[in-house]
Amino acid sequence: MHPAVLDRWSRGSSPVHRRDARAKLVALLVFLVCLATAHRALPWLAAGLLVLLAAALLWARLPLAAALARAAVVVPFGAVFALISWAAGDPARGLALVAKSYLSALAVLLVVATTPLPALLRGLEMMGAPPFLLAVGQFLHRYLFVISEEARHIRTAAVARGAAARDWMAPGVRFRSAAGALAGLFARSYRRAEEIHRAMRARGFGGRIPPLGEARFRGGDAVFAVLASLAPVALRVAVERVAR
Amino acid sequence: MTPLIEVRGLRFRYEDGTAALNGIDFRLDPGETVAVFGANGSGKTTFVLHLNGLLAGEGTVKVCGLLVEKKNLAAIRRKVGIVFQDSDSQLFMPSVLEDVAFGLLNQGMDRAAAIARAHAALETVGMSAAAGRAPYHLSAGEKKRVAIAGIVAMEPDVLVLDEPTANLDPPGQRSLADLVARLPQAKILVTHDTPFALALCKRAVFFQAGLISADGTVEELVSRFDWDFTLGPSKLSR
Repeated sequence: MHPAVLDRWSRGSSPVHRRDARAKLVALLVFLVCLATAHRALPWLAAGLLVLLAAALLWARLPLAAALARAAVVVPFGAVFALISWAAGDPARGLALVAKSYLSALAVLLVVATTPLPALLRGLEMMGAPPFLLAVGQFLHRYLFVISEEARHIRTAAVARGAAARDWMAPGVRFRSAAGALAGLFARSYRRAEEIHRAMRARGFGGRIPPLGEARFRGGDAVFAVLASLAPVALRVAVERVAR
Repeated sequence: MTPLIEVRGLRFRYEDGTAALNGIDFRLDPGETVAVFGANGSGKTTFVLHLNGLLAGEGTVKVCGLLVEKKNLAAIRRKVGIVFQDSDSQLFMPSVLEDVAFGLLNQGMDRAAAIARAHAALETVGMSAAAGRAPYHLSAGEKKRVAIAGIVAMEPDVLVLDEPTANLDPPGQRSLADLVARLPQAKILVTHDTPFALALCKRAVFFQAGLISADGTVEELVSRFDWDFTLGPSKLSR
């Protein structure tokens, strides 16, 4: 997913966008635990949670179809294990795996698409996430885009010199050129990291990225956190009762 | 008058054995803007990295009378601001405002004051509207302006710009020259861009093989070293 899309979505304006990052993170955590530990009447619960997330996406004024499609990027990963379960004679487990991974991704997407990254990182930091891990996440978000651009340049340069003319290019040669491109990319990324570190030191970096945004947890955030956490739990209790 | 920068006998060798600086003597006085010319690999960037202690070689480097050494680094990095060639390496925070405030917060400034100063710096470079944007949404020229804002916000005494016009289109170069001319600090401009240097500097130094081989006016050095694309065929190809 292009980071620019998420960035644009996260800077939207809706009641969900306005809530403190911590309120959304707590609700997300409850949602994920509720989903991960569920096993009875899973198809009904999954359908109910999907409706719940879809309603939240609409409330957040996000494009529903696009968000649903984007969350599907995790399906291939889950599908591999689902196929293994299927082959082992347990198709229900396979389907549960795909459903759970998709719904988890959609829930994470909902939070990330309604919270600008600085606020999200600040919220995570205030909830006790290790600052080093957050810094890694921040740099990954910032530079994945730059490095993928560099990869595209390398590929374009290779194609411009006939790398796509497969008929005269033996597979061994292609493999070697791909390995060369990868090594080049690694070297560039390494150099980039050194340059960034140098630029940080030049501005007095002392080992910790100072937070800028001031996060305030208001009464409305507390109400939101409680209600948004209760919704999936209540849904699960209700579905399991009906199924009994 | 205490010079802003005073360098004596500076030598530096990289870990791979390459001798990058072979005895540099240099002085920058308040209010001066100096162009640093020289071929690729002649030691220009290595030299400026010594000015705020990012590299440490033999010899002495003094900034506003302070020796560049470990105990003075925090103070020296407040006095000398470097704008690096590749803005993407300089703008690493998730939003423009946070990036501009990064150095101020590192100095221990409180948040409200840092935000106010960052907004003022963005105003100076004409990028106020971009405060909430992510750096990767910006054009090359805009990134350069934001990178400059991040340095200007720290109110350094000396501004070092490494290849500031690289990757900028001609209107971008012109508007950058206008901006740099308006900034009150003394400046060191490492550049291959002769018109840019002519527009902003009277004095220039010329690097050759890790040494300053000439120090004079920009016009003098350009003509002496054949250092302008518009001068016709180079001496090499004649």
